[in-house]
Amino acid sequence: MDYKEIKALKAKFEEVPGTYLFNADRCRQGYWLNTFCSSMSKDENRKAFLADEAGYLDSRFPKLTKEQRRCVLDRDWLGMIKNGANIYYMSKYGATLGRSFQYMAGEMTGQGQDNYRAMMMDGGRTTKGNLHKKQNGGKVSCISNKSGKDFSKKA
Amino acid sequence: MAKITAGIGCSHVPAIGAAFDQGLTQDAYWKPLFDGYEPAREWIKKHKPDVAILVYNDHGSALTLDLIPTLGIGVADEFQPADEGWGPRQVPVVKGHSALAWHITESLITNEFDMCVMNKLDVDHGLTVPLNIMCGKVDDWPFAVIPVPINVVMFPIPTGDRCWRMGEVIRRAVESFPEDLNVVIFGTGGMSHQIHGERSGMINRKFDTAFLDDLSKNPQRLRYIKHEEYTTFAGAEGIEMVMWMVMRAALGDNNVHEVYRHYHVPASNTAAGLIILENDDLKKPQKKSAKKAVKKAAGKKTPAAKKPAGKKAAAKKAAVKKPAGKKAAAKRPAAKKPVKKSPPKAAKKAVKKVAKKVAKKVAKKAVKKPVGKKAAKKK
Repeated sequence: MDYKEIKALKAKFEEVPGTYLFNADRCRQGYWLNTFCSSMSKDENRKAFLADEAGYLDSRFPKLTKEQRRCVLDRDWLGMIKNGANIYYMSKYGATLGRSFQYMAGEMTGQGQDNYRAMMMDGGRTTKGNLHKKQNGGKVSCISNKSGKDFSKKA
Repeated sequence: MAKITAGIGCSHVPAIGAAFDQGLTQDAYWKPLFDGYEPAREWIKKHKPDVAILVYNDHGSALTLDLIPTLGIGVADEFQPADEGWGPRQVPVVKGHSALAWHITESLITNEFDMCVMNKLDVDHGLTVPLNIMCGKVDDWPFAVIPVPINVVMFPIPTGDRCWRMGEVIRRAVESFPEDLNVVIFGTGGMSHQIHGERSGMINRKFDTAFLDDLSKNPQRLRYIKHEEYTTFAGAEGIEMVMWMVMRAALGDNNVHEVYRHYHVPASNTAAGLIILENDDLKKPQKKSAKKAVKKAAGKKTPAAKKPAGKKAAAKKAAVKKPAGKKAAAKRPAAKKPVKKSPPKAAKKAVKKVAKKVAKKVAKKAVKKPVGKKAAKKK
């Protein structure tokens, strides 16, 4: 594929709502963020991080952007994704804090883990309205497959 | 000779591993999923594979963004469970099959699949969860494993078609390996799921069911599913299903039957699927005898058989002997075959097929009577 074709293909993926495909651009943007997450696959690093979170980031990952650094320290999971994190790398950081994929999904969706879990037990999130940003004004529907219940978090 | 006797399509959800490790398999949440694995475990106990080729993806566990191999193969004697942030899973060390792995590597590279060769590779849940699903809790895995990690994390990733062609090469590689080995192949990951962003948790049962159905009914449709289609309809991480194409192609073209299937929602964020496909080429004894009979018939009745030439030559000659119309018809299946990159086998197969048909006809009808164009076409 040439430059134009690749750009067009990437743009197509961006039309899917609530989805941030981990492509070369995000890989470049998130290299240090994901590399920090990777470092959490070693016990001695987990200990060092938990002992001094900011110190760990500043001494070993000075190339993190300010926003990436904030997202890590604030446990802003969706923010991390938007700043180039990939979920599989992020899961290493999650594990360090005792957080599962399901917990992070609950946070990223804004539904909260309990609500999210209940939606999953009710057949998972529907595809209806969730296939293209045009379908639902870019918003992701929280309707479940089985009973058609809305699992959005009520304010 | 080594043979790929069966294929297993299997999700590799980490939470399944966690439930396993924490002894939660009989909890209300997990029981329906784990109960569905029992028949598969019975099957594999009887099937007794010597080696499993396990196609999976590393999830940033052993392979970080420092090095992103698109296609990899583990050639070591053993592989340690990886630390994925929780400490390594307490599962047996995975024993490899170095000789076969190296042979497959050579075969893949000489067929233009430029593999990243891995002499050291820690294996994460992508590999160990399917082993637990199929083998339960064991002190040692009951067969050797050749890990084949494919990048499905950072786009662009290989297409379904690319995975398919890789599976074809793996099949030929295994079949030409001189040791008698019962080999199975796993395609893992999926099924529909998304685990990042606001759309996390999307499940598409319809997509998954059609996918499972077409593994035996219409695998060629699956081969050409585009990345956009997976991502949109099966969730961003549902893209892992391209890896099932390696498995499916390694079983051959249209000769499998489904032995078992289990599908359950949810396994944490994911629709969990499991399917077992057996390779009919090797299973049906009547097929073999039919083949023999056909060969015999061909040997007696076709002039080509006068020469003690190979099957291929005989078939070729038999095909050549036919009138023009049939020649064209004979060519057709070969041309139709979408197996573009593997001419030797595909051609051989097509030729064989035609020869078989022709021989059958010749044997049935009086010897030199040319077979009607129509009849040849019909086949």
